Amino acid sequence: MNRLFPAPLLSLALFVLWLVLNLSVSPGNLLLGAALGILAPVLMAPLRPQHAHIRRPLVIARLIGRVGLDVILSNLQVARGVLRASSHPPRSAFVHIPLSLRDAHGLAALSMITTVVPGTVWSELAVDRSILLLHVFDLDDEAAFIEHFKHTYERPLMEIFE
Amino acid sequence: MIQTVELPFWLELATAVLLLTGSLFALVGAIGLVRLKDYFQRMHPPALASTIGAWCVSLASILYFSGLKQGPVLHAWLIPILLSITVPVTTLLLARAALFRKRMSGEQVPDEVSSGGDRGN
Repeated sequence: MNRLFPAPLLSLALFVLWLVLNLSVSPGNLLLGAALGILAPVLMAPLRPQHAHIRRPLVIARLIGRVGLDVILSNLQVARGVLRASSHPPRSAFVHIPLSLRDAHGLAALSMITTVVPGTVWSELAVDRSILLLHVFDLDDEAAFIEHFKHTYERPLMEIFE
Repeated sequence: MIQTVELPFWLELATAVLLLTGSLFALVGAIGLVRLKDYFQRMHPPALASTIGAWCVSLASILYFSGLKQGPVLHAWLIPILLSITVPVTTLLLARAALFRKRMSGEQVPDEVSSGGDRGN
């Protein structure tokens, strides 16, 4: 935004993180948290050539809720898959997903989401960012999986970052 | 010094249930890591421990210590957040390294997705 706060959201997040970590709002900790929030983004700015533009807080909130729900559901699925692996081996497969999302920060968020949700691991991204190779623990219907993936994760990220 | 406070029974019960649930998922993750054969399959079960396992234990910690100190003690929620930022980094590196090695040794894995043989991200 400006020279003092190159990343205001990051500054705020670091400030809150410091206070929560110390469980205190004493003047000393407020000062240290503010120093961290102001200095860290300034010092890191040369390492981040591109700035992220984040919009649509409502979409972000809905996406976080959706990911939380999917984590719980896929935890149950993977746990079931592990426990009955000897009788029903999981149908693991690599899936090629055509991507429309091009923003680097959006793709970083997408890779975080796919890796945090058990049952999918981000494996490779084409240089031109058009294709994603994903490893899926137990794949039922490839076309349905791709459709679900693009609809639930990629579309909200495009709204947020592009 | 922490003063000993008598915790209500429902709080102790909720803490115990959360701890057991989290441990159970972590155990299943470990079983998967031992029993599954394929390297890429084995990348998935440890995510059980780093997601729902860690969530349940953090939530149990928040409930228990909030009850003990008679006020919100919330800093344990940072654990799931920081885990969800850091775990993907190592997982991605492992997946990339495994793909690279398996391609080098000619095993059955998909070809590079970038045309022209350039190495992807």
